[in-house]
Amino acid sequence: MTESTVPPEIMERVLKTLAETQKLPLEKVTATATFQELEIDSLDGINILFALENEFDINIPDESARLVKDIDELAEGVWKLVSEKQPKA
Amino acid sequence: MSALGGNAREFWDACRAGRSGIGPIGGIDMTGIRFSNGAQAREFDASKHFDEKQLVPLDRFAQLAIVAAREAMGQAALGLSAEEKQRAAIVTGSCYGGKASEDAGFHSLYYDRSPRVHPLTIPRLMANAGASALTLELGWQGPVWTVSTACSSANHAIGQAFWLVRHGIADVALAGGSEAPFTYGSMKAWEALRVVSPDTCRPFSKNRAGMVLGEGAAMLVLEPLERAVARGVTVLAEIVGFGMGADAHHITQPSAAGAARVIGLALADGGVAAESVGVVNAHGTGTAVNDVAESSALRTVFGSHLDAMRVTSTKSLHGHALGAAGALEAVATICGLRGQAVAPTANFVEADPETVTPVTSFVPFAHEVAISNSFAFGGLNAVLVMRR
Repeated sequence: MTESTVPPEIMERVLKTLAETQKLPLEKVTATATFQELEIDSLDGINILFALENEFDINIPDESARLVKDIDELAEGVWKLVSEKQPKA
Repeated sequence: MSALGGNAREFWDACRAGRSGIGPIGGIDMTGIRFSNGAQAREFDASKHFDEKQLVPLDRFAQLAIVAAREAMGQAALGLSAEEKQRAAIVTGSCYGGKASEDAGFHSLYYDRSPRVHPLTIPRLMANAGASALTLELGWQGPVWTVSTACSSANHAIGQAFWLVRHGIADVALAGGSEAPFTYGSMKAWEALRVVSPDTCRPFSKNRAGMVLGEGAAMLVLEPLERAVARGVTVLAEIVGFGMGADAHHITQPSAAGAARVIGLALADGGVAAESVGVVNAHGTGTAVNDVAESSALRTVFGSHLDAMRVTSTKSLHGHALGAAGALEAVATICGLRGQAVAPTANFVEADPETVTPVTSFVPFAHEVAISNSFAFGGLNAVLVMRR
């Protein structure tokens, strides 16, 4: 398993959003937890995407949302969209 | 009345030609919405059917219901007496009711800070507005109500009307569904659910990407077969069975077992053997999960006989008209029985090993019995069985 390239503060916000949306204790939601372990189904998935879009002020395309398999990929995708949004130096 | 034209003949002509009514959504600013196509009733012009005064209390969905009912009533030529009208039922289906009226009223209230909304907002938005308007137009005074069970609304409405007539509670019934879902708020809500295709509707195709919303209305006149024969009118088809039931499984995910059970109930209600069914007008939304679950349900019910049957989803032509879907699909099914042919599933690209492979071009096909499936969010299933 490769090390996540997502900045820790982004990962932290993703995990917190996930925990809040799923009504789970934050300590249960880790970067390595699977959607299955957290009992996240497709309807939970769109709730989480909605919460992440609000938290980071981004738009997550349907196609990339469909491809996400775990929390690390989810955080990677969020980080990519946040990076694209930031004005170039 | 649908994206396929203004009447049943135009509808079936489009089905025959495999001409889809899906195209760019008009009348709404779709900027920033992840999809841009829908199946709108583009030819519908309210001023051709109603005078200005008549239109005041009528949302578009109710207008569509009335126009569709006028076509059905014209064809049926019932000529009911005042006494008979007291035993004439109307059962309509609608998922949204007068969504455009509600949106417009609340936009002016919340956004424009208007101190008041139009006084007819409630009569316009209520889901039974179409049914109630029809009682006024027809003078019918029997059982009248509206079913709102999302995508199964019209099948539930037709099925319950069928049971009313079968059990002698009503002598005749007018049943169907109408929907006019195209408002900005509604489009944003569907976008958030992430089930709408970015381009088009490809039921049972491997590369399907979701449903495409549609609007329209269709109404059927139901009466006992012997009554219709005695009147000497043309019987379009016979509804022989209806089944309904709930998955009790998930609010948006379908259950193959739940669908199979209800198809079985519908066949049993009609005393129809699975082997006598020739055609399925599938719920076939074109979403990843529906088409797999429905295919599994069909295999469970029909077994190897499914390979000799024809399956189609006309939602690829007229879009997913939500509370009107079952009514439009009933018309497609009836036209197929009458014409001994199957309307094609448009936009099909590639077979999916996890689903049935639908009919993709207009084909003659001899069949005596067809079923039409509707499976709603919340796991509410309704299936009609029709015979030539």
